[in-house]
Amino acid sequence: MGELRLMKGNEAIAEAAIRAGCDGYFGYPITPQSEVMEYLMAEKPHERTGMVVLQAESEVASINMLYGGAGTGKKVMTSSSSPGISLMQEGISYMAGAELPAVVVNVVRGGPGLGTIQPSQADYFQAVKGGGHGDYKMIVYAPASVQEMSDHVKLAFDKAFQYRTPVMILSDGAIGQMMEKVELFDPIPRRTDEEVIAACPWASTGRPKTRNHNIITSLDLDPAGQEKVNLKLQEKYRMMEQNEVMYEEIMTSDAEYLFVAFGLSARICQKATDIARAKGIKVGLFRPITLFPFPTVQIAATGSRVKGILVVEMNAGQMIEDVRLSLGCKVKIEHFGRFGGIIPSPDEVAKALEQKIIGG
Amino acid sequence: MEELFAKPDIRKPENIVYRKSDLMVDRPLSYCPGCGHGTVHRMLMEVIEEMEIAEQTIGVSPVGCSVLAYDFLNIDMLGAAHGRAPALATAIKRLWPHRFVFTYQGDGDLAAIGTAETIHACNRGENITIIFINNGIYGMTGGQMAPTTLLGMRSSTSPYGRDVEHMGHPIKMTELIAHLPGVNFVTRQSVHTPVNARRTKKAIRKGFEIQKAKQGLSFIEVVSNCNSGWKMTPVQSNKWMEENMFPFYPLGDIKVDGKLVEKKENE
Repeated sequence: MGELRLMKGNEAIAEAAIRAGCDGYFGYPITPQSEVMEYLMAEKPHERTGMVVLQAESEVASINMLYGGAGTGKKVMTSSSSPGISLMQEGISYMAGAELPAVVVNVVRGGPGLGTIQPSQADYFQAVKGGGHGDYKMIVYAPASVQEMSDHVKLAFDKAFQYRTPVMILSDGAIGQMMEKVELFDPIPRRTDEEVIAACPWASTGRPKTRNHNIITSLDLDPAGQEKVNLKLQEKYRMMEQNEVMYEEIMTSDAEYLFVAFGLSARICQKATDIARAKGIKVGLFRPITLFPFPTVQIAATGSRVKGILVVEMNAGQMIEDVRLSLGCKVKIEHFGRFGGIIPSPDEVAKALEQKIIGG
Repeated sequence: MEELFAKPDIRKPENIVYRKSDLMVDRPLSYCPGCGHGTVHRMLMEVIEEMEIAEQTIGVSPVGCSVLAYDFLNIDMLGAAHGRAPALATAIKRLWPHRFVFTYQGDGDLAAIGTAETIHACNRGENITIIFINNGIYGMTGGQMAPTTLLGMRSSTSPYGRDVEHMGHPIKMTELIAHLPGVNFVTRQSVHTPVNARRTKKAIRKGFEIQKAKQGLSFIEVVSNCNSGWKMTPVQSNKWMEENMFPFYPLGDIKVDGKLVEKKENE
């Protein structure tokens, strides 16, 4: 068993980064995720593992520092919250285009605009449907616990390098701020420069006489060349859809109704499931863990066995579009959401199931 | 196309009087005939070749006329988003402290959209070299007004000449940068004559030597012509540059060994 600690979600992200052998963290303070960089600075990772931690002048600079570091094959990460992540979209698009591995954590707060500092899930579309310009996707993990905040960091780095892609962890202000028990994974040593060069022959690390120069760019002025780049990216996304889907089902085997929810909403739905079951309503919970790739086939299989589905999100109805695309008109699908930083209560959710699905 | 430029190697030590750096890729440059970029590329590659640091150098190219610089420079390169080269270079140098890292940026890239990244990389004293090509115009997009466009100067977005009331003043980024404590060396050069090109090369060499000695940031501005954007012949544009650009952007060292150079005569 790994080391057990009581930690905030944001702290778990930071500790996991150090343990995952991250080479560089570049960030800018924003509520509700500032503890990530605070924890990192306090831990002196430059002494612990040699990891670089730098407070940048903006989120725009942070994401471009990631581009620079990733382009040299190093394991790099940033974290921010919604307004800051909006500023990073340009850089994420460039990284997707240049096929660079990096981990971006969004501890979501309510919007639009400056919005609120309270938790929200309103950045689902931005995370899952591209966010920046151009046809690209990234793997998006939705942790529902402090434990997953830690686990997903390690996983995100593995997948970022496996597919040479930016990977996002889409959390929220509640999971970032709440404290839970975490079993930490054993530290992975940072790679030496020689190991980075050997593992990333594509990276711009300094051209030895034995190879041509490496160029990291997302630019190809020849449309035929740029189409090839796009086809290659799409092929990669199909591979992700085949191999990287993660989800969890709770009490779905006998379910007549279904909650579909991710992250914090799934935690609330778990409690709402207990409340509804105590009343004799057979409801289960389907929790997508990867939001891209979306568990389309799996939701279709489970969802087509029930009488109705309530998609619960802390937004005005975003993931529900993907649930509807998965199931078509085969089953009644409704949405329940609170937004602007309001967290729905389990009672509220259980009541919504009765009103919108069972009674409706 | 490539074959056109492939020639049998007739170079022998006894007949070489002048040669192209081996670090320049054998490929026609995308720059307009008469433009200064090619000369600066050459000076930069000659320095890296002479210092024998090609294997330890990582370059960052910008968005602008020199967006394809990585196609011409036979070293490992990264193409940055518009204005963000100093952010890339910061991370690269921090993660690879034994590498030589430079950015190559135009005036739109460095002095407009990338102002924040430039000032903060300089202020942190990142141990990198910034090469700043200032031609007072957006060349690649077709000659629009730049932050460095002189008052009265015409461009496609200041067709009647830049005026303060509507367009504000041109910015002297280099003088601004010189006042930041993390910056070791600041100079302004040109490449329009052989003498000036040699001075530019010397300045680039000094920048890389500062990196080697880990003494902070070196910032080298090269005032250059844009004969296409200025709608002049190359010869006219160089003359215009001497008569109009140099009085506002005077050539010479501005900061050496971390100390501001005292100005002699008029500002």
